[in-house]
Amino acid sequence: MPVDMRTFLAHVELANPVTTAAGCAASGRELAQFFDLHRLGALTTRSVTMAPRAGRPTPRMAETASGMLNAVGLQGPGIDAFLERELPWLAQRGIRTIVSVGGGTVAEYSELARRLADAPGVTALEVNLSCPNIEDRGRVFAREGAAAAEVIASVRSIMRYDVPVVAKLAPDVADIVSVARACVDAGADALSMINNPLGMAIDTVALRPSLAAVTGGLSGPAILPLAVRCVWQVHAALPGVPLIGVGGVMTGDDAFQLILAGACAVGVGTALFHDPYACLRIERELEDLLQARGFQRLADAVGLAHRPPGSAPRHLLVDSEESSP
Amino acid sequence: MQVTGTVLTTRRVDAYHALTVVAPGIAERHRPGHFVSVAVGGPRTSMITRRAFTVHDVKPDYGGTVELVFTVRGPGTAWLAERRARDTLDLVGPLGRPFPLPRDPVHCVLVGDEYGAAVLFPVADALMERGCRVDFLLGGASADRVFGAMRARRMAATTTLTTEDGSLGLRGKVTDALPSVIADTRADAVYACGPMDTLRAVTAVAMEFDIPVQVAVEEAMACGIGVCMTCVLPVIGDDGVTRMVRACADGPVFRGERVRFEDVGTIPFDALGAPGGGARHAG
Repeated sequence: MPVDMRTFLAHVELANPVTTAAGCAASGRELAQFFDLHRLGALTTRSVTMAPRAGRPTPRMAETASGMLNAVGLQGPGIDAFLERELPWLAQRGIRTIVSVGGGTVAEYSELARRLADAPGVTALEVNLSCPNIEDRGRVFAREGAAAAEVIASVRSIMRYDVPVVAKLAPDVADIVSVARACVDAGADALSMINNPLGMAIDTVALRPSLAAVTGGLSGPAILPLAVRCVWQVHAALPGVPLIGVGGVMTGDDAFQLILAGACAVGVGTALFHDPYACLRIERELEDLLQARGFQRLADAVGLAHRPPGSAPRHLLVDSEESSP
Repeated sequence: MQVTGTVLTTRRVDAYHALTVVAPGIAERHRPGHFVSVAVGGPRTSMITRRAFTVHDVKPDYGGTVELVFTVRGPGTAWLAERRARDTLDLVGPLGRPFPLPRDPVHCVLVGDEYGAAVLFPVADALMERGCRVDFLLGGASADRVFGAMRARRMAATTTLTTEDGSLGLRGKVTDALPSVIADTRADAVYACGPMDTLRAVTAVAMEFDIPVQVAVEEAMACGIGVCMTCVLPVIGDDGVTRMVRACADGPVFRGERVRFEDVGTIPFDALGAPGGGARHAG
């Protein structure tokens, strides 16, 4: 029997839990040459900013063991071009779209929310809080609960009530649970974690940092355990809040770990660079895994790893019944 | 499209490696200038970015094969150099925009520096099919790094070779010989592939002669399909505005005079969305 893969992001239903991670699907058209984007649970856009952004100088990428560093610097066309060309293209095709936004001030986030509030085709709004706050010496919003909450509260008050606001959290904080709680208290309908932790590599031939921007975001399978830990801790503290687990998901098994830790949806990012079909493959592998463990619904597996030790592994019964003569 | 290709043959070509892979879907759709990306390291590898390679040759054998030419520059290409016949490779392609070809039978100079020359052979075939005259100018640091001299001599009207150590042909770089090659062959257009410095100098020479130049750039890429935004370079658009464009999805072939070679590796202050060009803060 097929597994019911539907999931809910706040009140919005997604046909399956696999989404692209912000900034890993460009405008959507690039992936559309490989597969039908309707097969995604949702497509998350790159973080849209008010003005067009040229991003960081090259080299922007360095491969590391089981991962890569990137310092793209939110290159993108800006909100005007996004609303004119990119969002309508997705909306006309009826592709579920989580729009990611990034800003340097609370006012910039608010203005982005205002521009997006009446735009058709916004399934949810994801707030990228890992942007430097120019009113706070360039420290990122995500590093502190109060700064993150201020952005979320402002965006939540502007967006329509039926569009969930998702806070994207960074792992480079002392206590991710307190930032998560501050965002939820400020009105976040869901949380997405994790953004790239900062890393650095040095070119031992050139004797210089590998990236022009010196530091960059670490992504890829190297950060999966970090993502699982963050999802676990936040789900334990805030069990009612829908979580999108993001970070280093390469296989259905990786996605399953995040689901068991408490995520109800899973973002796939760097895996897309390696395999354009990664989202479809991961969704299929996840469904097979759920089926093999005897689950009838994805929702039954969300956060299941939190059950107390010694409680019965009830879902494994189906397998043993089938295998008995 | 993504294809699991089977390695047909491997060979050493002087300092380079050449790998022929059966990849029917890719061979069929391939146009000169397209590239393919290869996953390296096998399943469960720790190398997660794909490697991009230009295609040296496409043949209809076994439903379609592509030949990749590369040099070992790191653990990824070292792994690829160890592939043997019947091994499988995960290929995505054809990717990028191919070389535009002239409608009329004109004279073309094809300039290849090091293994960048590989991509020019399918271009030469296509040009000659259209009745164009093709002249090759190939170079490298030393004789074993000049790629394709024999094949160029067989197909082109003239072939000029340069090496920096003087071990083959003229001593110097390809760009030292380019003005005389353009003058001698009365060239109408230049096609070039090689390192960024070479393309910059080739473009400067072509602009002096006031003839069009098409260059295929070699930028470091992670995905090859236009989603990772890491392979960007500053290129001037039809509207005169400089944008940071992707070498993979918007290139790798550009009109030479549109590429701001001096500014590669930087964000020019007048590029669209450059820092300081407006209320730019985030990220």
